[in-house]
Amino acid sequence: MPDADILIAARGLTKRFGDFTAVDGIDFELRRGEAFGFLGPNGAGKSSTMRMIGCVSPPSGGELSILGLNPVLDGPAIRARLGVCPQDDTLDVELTVRENLLIYGRYFGLPRRVIAERTARLLDFVQLTERADDQVDPLSGGMKRRLTIARSLINEPEILILDEPTTGLDPQARHVVWDRLFRLKQQGVTLILTTHYMDEAEQLCDRLVVMDRGKIAAEGSPRQLIEAYSTPEVLELRFHVSDHEQAAEKVANAPSERMEVLADRILLYVIDGDAALAAVRALGLEPLTSLVRRSTLEDVFLRLTGRRLEDG
Amino acid sequence: MSELSEHLRALPLRILPPQLLAARGRLLGGRGSGYLIERHARAYRHAWLILVSGFFEPLFYLLSIGIGIGVLVGKVTGPGGHLVGFTSFVAPALLATSSMNGAVFDSTLNVFFRLKYAKLYDAALATPMRSGDVALGEIGWALIRGGLYAVAFMVVMLAMGLVHSAWAVFAIPTALLIGFAFAGAGMAATTFIRSWLDFEFVTLATLPMFLFSTTFYPLSVYPRPIQYVVDCTPLYQGIALLRGLTLGYVGPGLLWHVLYLAIMGMAGLAIAGRRISRLLLR
Ligand SMILES: Nc1ncnc2c1ncn2[C@@H]1O[C@H](COP(=O)(O)OP(=O)(O)O)[C@@H](O)[C@H]1O
Ligand SMILES: [Mg+2]
Repeated sequence: MPDADILIAARGLTKRFGDFTAVDGIDFELRRGEAFGFLGPNGAGKSSTMRMIGCVSPPSGGELSILGLNPVLDGPAIRARLGVCPQDDTLDVELTVRENLLIYGRYFGLPRRVIAERTARLLDFVQLTERADDQVDPLSGGMKRRLTIARSLINEPEILILDEPTTGLDPQARHVVWDRLFRLKQQGVTLILTTHYMDEAEQLCDRLVVMDRGKIAAEGSPRQLIEAYSTPEVLELRFHVSDHEQAAEKVANAPSERMEVLADRILLYVIDGDAALAAVRALGLEPLTSLVRRSTLEDVFLRLTGRRLEDG
Repeated sequence: MSELSEHLRALPLRILPPQLLAARGRLLGGRGSGYLIERHARAYRHAWLILVSGFFEPLFYLLSIGIGIGVLVGKVTGPGGHLVGFTSFVAPALLATSSMNGAVFDSTLNVFFRLKYAKLYDAALATPMRSGDVALGEIGWALIRGGLYAVAFMVVMLAMGLVHSAWAVFAIPTALLIGFAFAGAGMAATTFIRSWLDFEFVTLATLPMFLFSTTFYPLSVYPRPIQYVVDCTPLYQGIALLRGLTLGYVGPGLLWHVLYLAIMGMAGLAIAGRRISRLLLR
């Protein structure tokens, strides 16, 4: 008996391009009303997964059910109920902001009157009312993203798919987008998003999977993942480049759960960062800089894959 | 009850591979094609000059030939061996050529830009639109645009006294048929184009057709073997049709040309829809 609150179910979902396996047998479920994330570096297979969910890329293997339907057979029927913000903007630069919503709404077969009503509301929501009759091209990157979000909402979708919603935006523009997405979440819109920013995942996702090289490495809420795969605090130490390696050998003698030596920093995973710093100093080491911080999803990723998110 | 419908839904899956089933709606478009046409109409509101300029090119040709060359040349042998004025001979060929050029331009350069750069179809295919809708919409738009030009051209032909038969009422639908054939073929070809350089092949196909498909002189000037070659070109079908209609030499033989062009357009449309799926729905 299928659970009506499971909107997407994937089992062994696979995507191959020729000999290359971009998505390698992943399992996940999306529940109604949650914000579900795919966190992973470039090339992890996030977009490939989103495109399969968006019914614009047939799976090469496994099972995928979206809103209880089969994406290969019922693509148009499923797409009618999805909102999609693709990774790269696909706005229509030959049309104005308002016309972008109009035509996109028409693709869904919506009557012009309904679209006009929703357009006014959506442009207000993404703070683009003043630009309604401007061409799209001169808009800033953040505005284009917000317009894409507005466009994806024109059909009042049951699931909103966001592929790297803030990649390429400056910090301020990112915060505006996050704010809007957070509001959508509060309105009960079901979100599925991908990101390679751990702060984005932490801010927006109720539940997420860590994806790497086509596979899911771990799943849980941000807090669960941090608890399971990291320590409460992290001590970051920076030494002179020439001393870096020697220092790393010595720091290894300080008590810690785990140590990571990066190219420019040493990370000590500990319960109490200040105590750990004191222990390092007691070994006769004096770092150039030191920082005690809470664990993040970045640390989870490092633990799971041995690499940093940005490294890909 | 719901279990039963689950079974029914799963049934065709076992009989036919899902790809085949999904291809069903994809090849030939439906209602969605109208939305793409609506989009183009909107976009051209911002670029109406491009629309208007398309009216003039064939008209300038006609005037230049009608006023200048036509007077020098006098009469030529038209369909069925009858002598006709040179301008009356060339005008329907110019209409056919302009239908070809307009359709080819819309379905190659414009479609390539939308496919590869503007990502227009990527956006459309994220909605309930199908690749068949995209193919049909593009071809439909090319036809609407070409149809407007054909009407304008026929009005000028009438005014210049170049229409000699009531059969000419079928000239506009025929111009649309020519547009359909070339838009279908052009769009199908475009899905194979890799870079802007490849468009040289398009010119390489259309320009000689314009010059040699009996646009300016009858087929009889060629030696036999060349006549057969010209007889097979798609533009020749269109010219023969329009010439027969505007000069009033109509026989069942013209239906072959209709069939040729209709098949060419349908095949192009089917190939284009399938290829767009292959290219974009990977
Ligand atoms: N259409 C395609 N053809 C061939 N390889 C592809 C295609 N799309 C993606 N890939 C490859 O699949 C891998 C995963 O890509 P993608 O899903 O875009 O990852 P992400 O979105 O996580 O960065 C990459 O190595 C990419 O090069
Ligand atoms: Mg991606």
